[in-house]
Amino acid sequence: MRLTRRYPFSASHRLHTPELSEEANEELFGKCNNPYGHGHNYVLEVSIEGEPDDRTGMIVERRVLDDFVRRTVLNRVDHADLNNDVAEFQDAVPTTENLSLAMHGWLKAGWNAEFGNREATLGRIRIEETARNSFEVTG
Amino acid sequence: MRFRFQCNEPARNPQLVLITRKAEFSASHYCASPDLSAEQNEALYGKAARPAGHGHNYVLEVTVAGDIDPVHGMIMDLKVLKDLINRDVVDVYDHRFLNHEVPPFQRVVPTPENIAKDIWLRLEPGIRAQGCRLHGVRLYETPDLYVDYFGPRDAERDGAAEG
Repeated sequence: MRLTRRYPFSASHRLHTPELSEEANEELFGKCNNPYGHGHNYVLEVSIEGEPDDRTGMIVERRVLDDFVRRTVLNRVDHADLNNDVAEFQDAVPTTENLSLAMHGWLKAGWNAEFGNREATLGRIRIEETARNSFEVTG
Repeated sequence: MRFRFQCNEPARNPQLVLITRKAEFSASHYCASPDLSAEQNEALYGKAARPAGHGHNYVLEVTVAGDIDPVHGMIMDLKVLKDLINRDVVDVYDHRFLNHEVPPFQRVVPTPENIAKDIWLRLEPGIRAQGCRLHGVRLYETPDLYVDYFGPRDAERDGAAEG
């Protein structure tokens, strides 16, 4: 069984790499390269695989999960400038592909300390950048 | 000539094709384990433990697996699937107080995990009788919280079969 929880957050970013010329960046990233950046209302989905506890009927308690996601992920990105406020993006482009990998890594790093005593594993995470674009990481 | 709709099991074809039908029902519930104190339930479930109950507009997605019939081009008659969902789920759950009116929730906590399992058990026989295979049940308790259930694990299924 899989439980999925959705967490909205808002952040800004600019897609630009110093390894390419200004012209190449503009051609590659289009409007996403605009110098002042732009923002999204992202939605993070966190999916947990497991079986509901016989006593509680839940795979994980919602409060515990929400608190964990807030501490390990949301506090780092919500209302943040991804390019300047998130250490991982000092030398990586804050595409949502890279953001998904970063978030998956943060969650995975803290998972066992929080949920190691339960039969609940981190499944996939998925990020909706816009209503049309979404990105998913598993494993 | 009326076509006799028959699902073909996907095992003969490695490509998996799925169809999903969506339904909605509104119901109230509260989440509290009879084995715990009021304080323990409040700590576990928060406001959801209040015995007066609260409500949700649940959204259910039922996914069926099968092969596309080469004659009529369908996995399953969606009208039949819709009627099964209405008969076995919506008519049972809609506008009900789950803890008081829908077994087994007089004794089982009506979390979305447990509701998804119950919906599976109610739907699976009717879908199997159509020659199709229930692949998954997705239940949204709210737009931001949903559960996917893909059927009992082998041990549970074998145990149930042995009775």
